[in-house]
Amino acid sequence: MRLFRGILQELVGLFVDDGMLALAIVAVIALAAVVVHLVHDDTGGIVLVAGALFVLFANLMAA
Amino acid sequence: MIATTAASTAILASFLSALVEAVEALTIVLSVATVRGWKPAGLGAFAGIATLALTVVLLGPFLDRAPSHALQLAIGVLLLLFGVRWLRKASLRAAGVIPLHDETAVFAAETAALRSHARRLDWLAGLAAYKAMLLEGLEVVFVVIAVGAAPGMLVPASIGAAAACALVAVLGIAVRQPLSRVPENALKFSVGAMLSAFGLFWTGEGLGVSWPGADLAILAFAALLVMVAALAIVPLRRTRQVSL
Repeated sequence: MRLFRGILQELVGLFVDDGMLALAIVAVIALAAVVVHLVHDDTGGIVLVAGALFVLFANLMAA
Repeated sequence: MIATTAASTAILASFLSALVEAVEALTIVLSVATVRGWKPAGLGAFAGIATLALTVVLLGPFLDRAPSHALQLAIGVLLLLFGVRWLRKASLRAAGVIPLHDETAVFAAETAALRSHARRLDWLAGLAAYKAMLLEGLEVVFVVIAVGAAPGMLVPASIGAAAACALVAVLGIAVRQPLSRVPENALKFSVGAMLSAFGLFWTGEGLGVSWPGADLAILAFAALLVMVAALAIVPLRRTRQVSL
């Protein structure tokens, strides 16, 4: 049982290491989805890329 | 041109990520073999590979049935989270904020842990090899599926990963020592940037964004990610040197 719990924890850990970073990325994706829905051009793509780059930079600088 | 670039990127991304994971799995399997012999190490590793194969066979058909945009979005989000996590860790290691991953130290720690259970049965050692193979292998399977999500990309991605695993297995059998000379952090940094770039691409596609330059956008995203990470590493390293 402990083995499977350990495997499950490590599986989650594959995607989430720093909780704030993961949360910020999900927030950027949600924002990009809203922009794509409201503005039917490629602005959503710009929001996604710029947002992800900003989140990465801010997270590294805060370390 | 675009298809060749995408296939080359898929092969490179899956080869490099599988190389990192296979080196990590080899270290654990070697430590099991050193303490308890090749039988539990081999059986554990084989059971891990068999579980992985079963997982792929059972889950594979569901991927075909999932709606294309939903699948792209799900894979994109997971790949972005996975890739950025690698890129962040490799950047922090490059800046000296966290220590570098040391295969020799991992080997020594794992060997000592296994020796402390010397009276326990061999199945405990086999279980360690099984868990290592399963977890590191799952990462490889995920990367191959995610990077190979585009039409015709699954075969190049699988070839890249299989080549890396075969290379590490051959080297591991030949030298019978952890492959500590592999520049793991540089590999992790490059793979993190590439996987994050694939993640951005698939997330955008899943949301309905049409990227300029189609698949070539992946290369542009990777370059931007490397640039941003490098921009953060330089001041972090300086701050670190001043505080030391």
